Amino acid sequence: MASAPSNRPLSPHLQIYRWQITMLTSILHRVTGVGLGVGTLLIAWWLIAAAAGPEAFDTVQGFMGSWFGRLILFGFTGALFYHLCNGIRHLCWDAGWGFTLPVMTRSGIAVFIAAGGLTLLAWIMGYTMMAGS
Amino acid sequence: MAQFRPAIGRVNGLGSAKEGTHHFWIQRLTAIALVPLTLWFVASIASLAGADLVAVKAWLGSPVAALLMLAFLISGFWHLKLGIQVVIEDYVHGEAMKLTALVLNSFICILLGGASCLAVLSLFLGA
Repeated sequence: MASAPSNRPLSPHLQIYRWQITMLTSILHRVTGVGLGVGTLLIAWWLIAAAAGPEAFDTVQGFMGSWFGRLILFGFTGALFYHLCNGIRHLCWDAGWGFTLPVMTRSGIAVFIAAGGLTLLAWIMGYTMMAGS
Repeated sequence: MAQFRPAIGRVNGLGSAKEGTHHFWIQRLTAIALVPLTLWFVASIASLAGADLVAVKAWLGSPVAALLMLAFLISGFWHLKLGIQVVIEDYVHGEAMKLTALVLNSFICILLGGASCLAVLSLFLGA
């Protein structure tokens, strides 16, 4: 609030806290959310190029297939599955489940394992398809 | 004179716009829809790895794929718009900057989401 008195105590800043999985998962949820916004531009570009014709589509495919494009797509996939898995954790909290600290820690670890596994699975699937075609 | 103003006069117009519940609900509704849609989308894209335009057109030529793709895009862009809106409200403090960022966020999400949906429709109809 703009008119709040300025001599009020400040809450502790981030560097004072010991890193915990709860804050890590929360910060990552927001960071990946914003990152997925950028990734969504790639989906839009890919679809619009496919509708525009073969030349525009070749340009997109050329970019996505380059090492830089693949690196971005790998990060995109990882962020997508992290946000998806942690989003399910958020939906569970909304339903009132899993609020105790031990469960939160375990569900946080489970999110990292599931997101990593799903990311690897998607890429193994993609490379298997490419090898077969 | 400021100290004679009643508390209510200082806070009037600064409170909630009474739209928080709707924002919360749509964010969750799109989140629930996006769980299966995202899994389907990634599986579809992974199976299209290295495919040419003909294969992409064949994929989106099916009504099921086109419909699910439209559902994915609409829930995705709506979820994105709501999420970025919260980030802007949290970190952009100047009123003019905040309003500009919020308007741009809405416009970009609607235009880009609309363009993506049109692309899917045009690929489905084979135009």
